[in-house]
Order: sequence, then structure tokens, then C-alpha cells
Amino acid sequence: MKRLTKKQALTLFKSADLLGLGMMADNVRKKLHPERIVSFIIDRNINYTNVCINKCKFCAFYRNEDDPEAYILSKRNLFNKIKETISLGGTQILIQGGLHPKLDIDYYVDLLKSIKERFPIHIHGFSPPEVCYMADKANLPIKKTLQILNEAGLDSIPGGGAEILSDRIREQISPKKIGKDRWLEVMKQAHRIGMKTTATMMFGSVEEPEDIIEHLDAIRRLQDKTNGFTAFIPWSFQPGNTELGGRGKGQGARGKEFKIQNSKPNSSLATRHLSLSTATAVDYLRVLALSRIYLDNVPNIQASWVTQGIKMAQIALRFGANDFGSTMIEENVVAAAGVKYKVSVRDIISAVRSSGFHPAQRDMYYKIIKNSNL
Amino acid sequence: MLLNKIENKVITGHRLTTDDALSLFQNDDIFTIGRLANIVAGRKNGNKAYFIQNHHINPTNICINRCKFCAFSRSKGEKGAYELSIGEIIDKLKEGQESRVKSQELSKKQLKSKKKNFKLLTHNSKLLTLFSEVHIVGGLHPDWDFGFYLEMLRAIKTNFPTIHTKAFTAVEIDYFSNISGLPLTETLQELNNAGLDSMPGGGAEIFDTRVRNRICPEKISGRRWLQVMEAAHRVGISTNATMLYGHLESYKNRVEHMLKLRDLQDRTGGFQAFIPLAFHPLNTKLGVRSQGSEVSKRNKTNPQSLTPNPCLYTSGIDDLKTIAISRLFLDNFQHIKAYWIMLGEKIAQLALMFGADDLDGTIIEEKITHSAGALSGSALTRAQLINLIEKTGKIPVERDSFYNRVKR
Repeated sequence: MKRLTKKQALTLFKSADLLGLGMMADNVRKKLHPERIVSFIIDRNINYTNVCINKCKFCAFYRNEDDPEAYILSKRNLFNKIKETISLGGTQILIQGGLHPKLDIDYYVDLLKSIKERFPIHIHGFSPPEVCYMADKANLPIKKTLQILNEAGLDSIPGGGAEILSDRIREQISPKKIGKDRWLEVMKQAHRIGMKTTATMMFGSVEEPEDIIEHLDAIRRLQDKTNGFTAFIPWSFQPGNTELGGRGKGQGARGKEFKIQNSKPNSSLATRHLSLSTATAVDYLRVLALSRIYLDNVPNIQASWVTQGIKMAQIALRFGANDFGSTMIEENVVAAAGVKYKVSVRDIISAVRSSGFHPAQRDMYYKIIKNSNL
Repeated sequence: MLLNKIENKVITGHRLTTDDALSLFQNDDIFTIGRLANIVAGRKNGNKAYFIQNHHINPTNICINRCKFCAFSRSKGEKGAYELSIGEIIDKLKEGQESRVKSQELSKKQLKSKKKNFKLLTHNSKLLTLFSEVHIVGGLHPDWDFGFYLEMLRAIKTNFPTIHTKAFTAVEIDYFSNISGLPLTETLQELNNAGLDSMPGGGAEIFDTRVRNRICPEKISGRRWLQVMEAAHRVGISTNATMLYGHLESYKNRVEHMLKLRDLQDRTGGFQAFIPLAFHPLNTKLGVRSQGSEVSKRNKTNPQSLTPNPCLYTSGIDDLKTIAISRLFLDNFQHIKAYWIMLGEKIAQLALMFGADDLDGTIIEEKITHSAGALSGSALTRAQLINLIEKTGKIPVERDSFYNRVKR
């Protein structure tokens, strides 16, 4: 199939019907992954701190430094979490947190080294906003910062913080976060020094179709140069407990600072504007399918069961996705927005099977480490 | 290809055979199946997708049947067992009305402040403050007599004369006939006279006797279920029909189930909508998920008991295919309902693109599916339902119980 231009992509996204778009994406997925394997990774999200100076409007996780719920994870806690991950068959940890004004690069270097000294585990960590913050504070170029982290034990970089790679939108939803160019710069430098990364997109906030295409195009262009992205992960904005989505939803809230306007959890007010302003199932599948079709140079597309639920993730496997992402032994950020889907490795395996695919455990490089008959 | 043959039949409006339906279940091409179902839905209902403002009342969870797929029922005296008095039922309905008035006033304010143009809401200055239907189903209570149910219906009609009462599954009707000693037809007529307007389609589960004996041995047979429905249709009470799938049944069982419904519909024309219901495993004897439940205990002491394979949630793909195939096979049913409470709002929304034309209702107080770990919230507002429908490119139509447009 010939590569889609931006203009074609926009027309397709705006006018093609969902089933037609799905069929195209499914065909692309079949071509790239004819073996009907759907992979997943057993890992754990570890959030070393929730203090963050960026305070993005779509985020329900961050706290101010002086908030009673602000924390920095102790090493003891961290090591216990890693031990538990390994005992559950995990091969990777995803370390992400906030931009904490008191933490500098020495803290991170020490953190990485102390983990690698103790555990044979892949460290996937620090999204571009965190890397930039470390670099700025240490007055180092991005490349040098990445080299230091890499030497200390950082293996790969998650694609978070991309949100929508359109500065027009970023100014509205995350004005303090690094811009599109710096996000791409971090990824480019990481790829240049041999680190693999993923890329994400958070849609369903205030963006227009054009912004989504701009985002996809930025990823595709960088991938043409570096080939360092292993996967693309689109997910939809989860508005619970966020500035952007309103503070109505009471369930799952970790933040006392958000006043719960309505004490009845099922009241109509509590859920009202959530599903009005955010991406529905149809929106999610359209974006997912378009991503698969447009990103012809990115090998893997992840279904986001964390934001969509297992049944939607199963359907996503026919709308372009070939990977179920992480089993997420622990997940805090989406949960803070009131969305919790509890899932075990067994659930993921049977969910993949009942969708007509072969489940397989992989590592961050999408190498299969354990096949089907788990 | 196999699908070509079926596609031709669909396009030319020929009835599908059971073999056709079975081969659709075995076919992987969900896109073509969905497209065909959508064509049929368009023929039946244009580009419309319906919803209703309704209120669910489950008068009791005490039930003499203890179906293994049910997480709602309790025995009398068991912890968590409850029964509502007629006064409490009326109060709940009144509360439901009041909360709706409030939430709609609030929503108007909110929407204005959000500067978004949700046209449907803002240009309707006078919003309906009532739900138009009450949906009543409950357990088979060992002590309540037939007169109690008649009184319940009369009280609702007296207090809410404009509200449509859709009540009692075929299983309950059969039970009423037993406890009253009246024949089916008379039982139905009495209920009808007291205020029963139509009946839901529950209790059908799967008609196949072998599967039925394993999942709900105490419940009336499939044959009896069909008899009750036929009698209701003859009395002039229209009903729905359901199918519970995703437990121990085979695709063949599903197709045979639908065939029996199609045959009866040919004779009576009394079914309004078909509603495929995905099995929810949590806290039931068929699903062994929740630890410490009766099931996991039982499996420990006797691993051979009950099911060889624990039942899990159905796959989202299966849910969509089942909707689509039912739309294709049940050519004499006007409506296919994607019951969002069972499917979750995400799958229900997608179902509208796979042949369904109805999302059911705003629903206050759903208890039965949520006892078994439904993945949906327990209420959607009118604005949310409209938004879900519009995102599929369909035209949202608020309906009454007979699928007439509710004017605002």
C-alpha cells in the first residue's frame, strides 16, 4: 500500500466510515503481523514521585510539593516493588514520575545504579518532559543527559508526555510542559545513542482532526530518520478529577484537594460531562485505525486496555492493534482519574485467546520470550 | 466465498438459514458481517437509533430459583435479601422523577457555561421531566401472592397514569399462574387489566435443554417460556425476547435459540425487540472469579462439580458479532437492542454500527447485572445517550415503549 499523505489522512479520518477504516487497518496489521500473535509485557508502573511543577490540566495524579499526599518513593519501597514484579514473571519496570523541584540528575543516576546493582531487570523510564527537566537543572545538553542516564542503567524511554504534538493544543492543555520540538528532540537523541523508545498520543481533549494528523506525521517523519520507535500507543483523555474534565467524579479519587461536588457516585451530575466531552468508543477506534494506517514505519500499535477496558482492547485488535501493552501490576496515573480496570496476566491471556489470537509475552524490543501455552 | 452467498441473500432480502447463521458465527470477517447487519438495520429503521428514559425497579431479590448465572438472587433470610413494599416502590419512582428534574436543570446551566453547542439540549427549552417507562422485574418471592402484584400495578397506574409499565418476565408470569391457580391467559389478562402494558424479554436464557439444565435447572423450560410469550401476544401484550450467551452454550445453541424466536414471531408478531445479553461471570456459580465466593469454595471441595471451564467475560468481538448475526437472522424482528447496561456503553455504542438500533434507557437503579460485575456505570443521562448515538452518525430518537418518537 502506498504511503498516505497528510491530506489523504485527513480526508480519510473525517469521512471514512468506521468499518471501512477498521478493515483497512486490519489489513495493514495482517500484513505486518501475519502470525496472529498478540504480544504483551509483564511489567509494573512505578511512580517515584507525584510532585510535579507542570500541573497539566488533564492530569489527576500530580500534587504540589507541600500537599499532604505528596510523596517520593523510598528505595526500600522501590526495591520491594521490583522484587514483587520479578516474582510475578515481570521483566521490566516503567519508572515515571513528576517534575520534582528537589530532585536532580544525581538522584536519578543513583536510583538507576542501585536498581541495576540488585536486579536483572529492564528499566524503561523517564518520559521526555522528565529528561528535559533533568537536563535543564543540570545545565547539560539533552544528548549528554541521556548518555549519563543510559550509562547508569536506563535501557529505554517511554513515549509519554507527547499528548498532542501540536503547540497550539499544548498551550491549552499543558502550557508548562515542553513543546513539540523538544519532545521530538529527546526522542531523536535517544534513538541516536541507540536507545529505543515508544510514542504515545493522548487525544479526546480539545484537539481537532488536523492536530491528530500533525502528531502522527511528526512521529512518522522522525521514525523515517531514526527508526527508534518500537510502538505507538494512542489513548484517550480520562477526565475524572482533572482541571480540564471537571472535578465531579468522586470514585477512585486520590486527591482531597478536589472538591467532590456531588456525593452520590452514580448521580447524573457526577458522570455528565465526562462522556460528553471525551472520546467515545467510536472515536477511539477511528484514531487507532488511522494510526495503524498512517504510521507505516512503526512496527507495533498498542491497544490501551487501561483506558478502554478489556472488551474494547479486544475489538482494538481488529482495528489495527497487535499488542496488548503492559499487564500493569501497578498503575496509578489513570487510576487517579477514576478509571480502574483490574486485570491479571491470566485475564490478558484469555482475553487475547478469545479474540482469536495467540498471546505471547514479550520484552521491550518486542522479542517473544514466552509463547502461547502459558 | 461463503460470505458472498449470504451477502446475496441479505441484499435480495432472503431469509437466512440456520446454517447461514452458524457459518457467520464461524466467520472472521467482522467488517463484512457488520456492514450487512447495518444494511438490514437501515432498511428496518432508517438511520435512527432509539433510546428511552426509563426507571428500573427490582421489587425483591428473594427468589426460589437459584440460577447459576445469577449474582442477584438471595434466599429468604439470607444476608442481603430485600423486599420492597408497594409504598417504597412508589417512593422510588417519585424520587426518580425529582432527581431527573434537578439534574436536567443543572445540566442546562453546565452546558451553557461550557459554551459547547449541544443543540439538542439547548434548543429544547422545555425538557421532559418524567421518564416514560418503568421496568419491573424481580425474584420469585415465596410468600407474595398474586394479589400483591396486581395491587403493585394498580398503585403505579394510579400514581403515574402516563407512565408505561413494562413488567415481569415469562418466568414470573408462569409463577403467578402457579400461585394464583389461574390459567396463563387469565393470569395475563388480570395483570393487563391491573396496569401491565408490556413485558420484557428476560428469562429466555438459552432454550437448549441440556445447557439450560446446567445453568438454571429450576427455571421454566424454554418451551414453557415460549408458551408464556405466545399467550401474552395473543392477549395483546407485546414483549421482548432475550438470549443469554457466553456461558456454556455453543454457537449452534445460539442459532437454534434464535430460530425458535423467529418461528414464534412468524405466528404472533408480538415481539418488539431482540436483546442479546452477554453473560457476566462475577459472583455467579458459573464464573469462578471472585475469591471466597460459593463457587471457589465448592470447586475446592469438589473440583468436578459444575463447570469444567470457568466462564469468563465474552469477548468484545463476540458481542458485536452476536448483535450483527441476530440482526441478519431475525428478519421479522423490528428492533435489535444493544442493552448498554449489559454490554457497557462502549460496546453498546459500537453495536449501533453492527445492526442494533436501540440502546435502551437512561435507567436508574439497575441491580441485577451490576451484582455480576457489569462493566458499565449504572445510569446514563439523556445527553450522554444522545452524544453516544450521534458519534456513530445515527440520528438519536427518544422513544416511548412502542417506539413512537417522544415529542419535546
